[in-house]
Amino acid sequence: MLTRSPAARKVTAALRMLAALVLAGGIYTLISPSAQATAPLSAAAQEGKALYDTSCISCHGNNAQGVEGRGPSLLGVGSAAVEFQVETGRMPAARQEAQIERKQPLFDDAEARQLGAYIQELGGGPEIPFAGQTAPAGDIANGGKLFRVNCSSCHAFSGGGGALSSGKYAPTLELSTDRQLYAAMLTGPQNMPVFGDNQLTPEEKYDIISYVQNLKSDVDPGGWGLGRFGPVTEGLAIFLFGMVALAFAALWIAGKS
Amino acid sequence: MRKRKFNVKEIPAKTAGEIDDRFQVATPLRGILNKVFPDHWTFLLGEIALFSFIILLLTGTFLALFFDPSMQEVNYQGSYLPLRDVHMSRAYETSLNLSFDVRGGLIMRQMHHWAALLFMAAIVIHMARIFFTGAFRKPRELNWIIGMLMFWLGFTEGFAGYSLPDDALSGTGLRIASAIMLSIPVIGSWVTASLFGGEFPGEIILSRLYILHVFLLPLILLTLITVHVGLVIVQKHTQWAGPGRTNHNVVGERWFPRYVIKQGGFFMVVFGLIALMGGLFQINPIWLFGPYEAAVVSAGSQPDWYVMFLDGSTRLMPAWEIRIWGYTIPPLFWPTVVLPGILSTVPMLYPFIEARLTKDKGHHNLLQRPRDMPERTGLGAAGIAFYLVLAFSGGNDIIADKFDISLNAMTWAGRIGLLIVPPIAYYLARRISLGLQQHDREVLAHGVETGIIKLLPNGQYVEVHQPLAPVDDHGHGELPYVGWTVPKKMNRLGALGPALRGFFKPIEEPVKPRSNGAKPAEISEKEKEKV
Ligand code: HEC
Ligand code: HEC
Ligand code: HEM
Repeated sequence: MLTRSPAARKVTAALRMLAALVLAGGIYTLISPSAQATAPLSAAAQEGKALYDTSCISCHGNNAQGVEGRGPSLLGVGSAAVEFQVETGRMPAARQEAQIERKQPLFDDAEARQLGAYIQELGGGPEIPFAGQTAPAGDIANGGKLFRVNCSSCHAFSGGGGALSSGKYAPTLELSTDRQLYAAMLTGPQNMPVFGDNQLTPEEKYDIISYVQNLKSDVDPGGWGLGRFGPVTEGLAIFLFGMVALAFAALWIAGKS
Repeated sequence: MRKRKFNVKEIPAKTAGEIDDRFQVATPLRGILNKVFPDHWTFLLGEIALFSFIILLLTGTFLALFFDPSMQEVNYQGSYLPLRDVHMSRAYETSLNLSFDVRGGLIMRQMHHWAALLFMAAIVIHMARIFFTGAFRKPRELNWIIGMLMFWLGFTEGFAGYSLPDDALSGTGLRIASAIMLSIPVIGSWVTASLFGGEFPGEIILSRLYILHVFLLPLILLTLITVHVGLVIVQKHTQWAGPGRTNHNVVGERWFPRYVIKQGGFFMVVFGLIALMGGLFQINPIWLFGPYEAAVVSAGSQPDWYVMFLDGSTRLMPAWEIRIWGYTIPPLFWPTVVLPGILSTVPMLYPFIEARLTKDKGHHNLLQRPRDMPERTGLGAAGIAFYLVLAFSGGNDIIADKFDISLNAMTWAGRIGLLIVPPIAYYLARRISLGLQQHDREVLAHGVETGIIKLLPNGQYVEVHQPLAPVDDHGHGELPYVGWTVPKKMNRLGALGPALRGFFKPIEEPVKPRSNGAKPAEISEKEKEKV
């Protein structure tokens, strides 16, 4: 039998390794996003690219590659993230602060979707599964259960929001639309965790959306809800309204002597 | 047959006579009916607490008819749709039923809760009045102690009530309570296990809290209230110093009929206010919180306001863990066991401490104005400041969120504030007291400012003062300082109360100035010419 020298063995091993690498690399280039990026853009995505190149490029860079120290790469964030960020006015960002806040959006929803289409075709990523403005109706009671377990620790039982550490906060859900709620869960903007489809299935997300929207439309059966902040405002109310009113009543009664 | 004379007018007197013949009540009753109560609005603060308590008894009895403190798991089928088919305890289910399916249940729940907040608020404000006016001094130390006890009983009663509906906030509160008990060294785990019947939450805690809440604590409170009010009657009410009022008399109104009528009216006002708040302002919307589950801790979970200062002290406490003799003392122990321990005992002893320090062993029936005891006033202000910093820290996440402040900044502001705000409050209150006292003394010595400015021949301007009493050669009066109201304006001279009685508008006619026979119109014409 032919015995090879250790040196020869090393050489064949290296050759085999090289072949494997070339093969893997070839498959990778075939299916990788950059291969798609060279594909022609759809009409909507082209509109989106035009918007992108005027409003976003300064921070997110050419072809959404990101700019060191100004904005992250948007490759792979998906249209859901873009639509959420643009529709809620967070993007284009204005200045650096502890948390980029919701504000009056610069673009309308159609433009937001065009921007989303552009980023989607550029790098892929999560998308909102329903096309219309409203999500398919879900089970409110189940949504309530899921909301209390998953969301209330930050957004509070009433969806009114709450403080997180170091000046960060979970905002109120008062203004959120169905699509924004879905996108927020799917993409986890900034300090919010991502609730991927393996954590909350799309159906469960619809349940949560139904619950949140119902919470907002629900009139408070007990009267004025005092902002639904809980015991803090109740305590203020008993002093500022209750005790003050009774102090005046006492002054009046004692004055009538 | 002779017609029997039947005189309707005689019935009351005759009935009363017959009753007195049998029970001999006239003499003691006369004493009570003729009892005199002094009149000042701050004397009504305690009444607010008393009336709220009565309303708590009434509304609480209604709630108890429908509430079931059971932790047995049920499947909700009531009319609040967002909770349909959710598993929950029977206690939470019956609370939801009270809110949505029992007629008038929601307003009863809300009135009960508002009355609870008002009860505690009135106790605290009442306590502050007693403190700042020195009404706790001998012979009333016992009533001060009873008052303190009632505050802590009300605190416990409120906490127990808050825990009963078994919603997410109740459960979070109970969980914290169990953690607090566990933090006690040596006996902690034993105390917790015996109270909860094992591990938190167990099966039994609600039934135990229920007995406490609807039976034991109300009974003890009722007894204490009776003793408290009884002592006020026996020891007589304190009163403000003033003309004709001494340490040995009481100036005011007879208990019957005017005082009773006023009190009845005031009860209706308190009742009306609570009903108004119960009907208009939503409180403790348990259906939004959901049933208690160990995994759920919502943002903005707070206790009721009277417990909030302990939540605040917990939030401010740095995470220092101390190990002594093999026991670990968690940081929770200091702000939630040691602090309330101090707060519940030291203030009870305050009347004795103060008597010791001021060497004052006398009998006091006259109140002191806060300005006349600058040290005590300063101390009280410091105590209130301490309490407020803690209470606001208890809601610091809500404040941080709504006013866009960093939560960490709020925590540090609370920690630093707790150390420096009370001394500042002490200093300011003391200075203000001394300043007010000084001004009173000035008026006693120099008289009231008239607003008339005189130009002296040498060009100097001086204000003319109206002395309050005959003065010596230098224009100085000899009036002693006695701690009464001193008139500060010309039209208050000789009239210590307002010149015309009435609060919103005068309820009596002003006295017409006498015209000495001459026609008033002519006089004023002539006067005008003269000027
Ligand atoms: C002033 C700079 C700036 C501009 C302009 C700007 N962005 Fe951003 N963008 C940022 C920064 C910084 C972040 C990262 C925020 C974070 O997560 O803390 C970001 C994040 C994002 C994200 C979320 C990425 C993720 O990981 O989920 C999206 C999507 C996005 N931007 C889209 C846009 C779009 C679309 C525009 C143009 C309309 C735009 N941005 C304009 C600075 C900018
Ligand atoms: C760890 C805390 C946390 C949890 C848990 C959380 N969020 Fe958020 N959420 C945030 C923060 C922080 C933001 C703000 C993000 C930003 O401004 O980019 C946010 C933003 C949002 C927004 C956007 C609101 C706006 O102002 O436009 C929505 C909608 C939302 N969350 C929904 C949810 C839902 C639904 C859940 C539960 C499935 C949830 N969140 C769970 C922290 C949280
Ligand atoms: C000082 C007296 C009392 C205080 C401070 C107090 C306080 C409270 C509070 C804060 C709650 C929670 C209310 C809510 O659901 O929003 C409560 C519940 C309750 N209280 Fe009281 N309470 C007092 C006396 C009583 C009395 C005397 C009774 C009955 C005889 C009573 C019966 C109840 C019942 C049954 C509940 C649960 C009802 C429910 O929430 O569904 N309470 N109490």
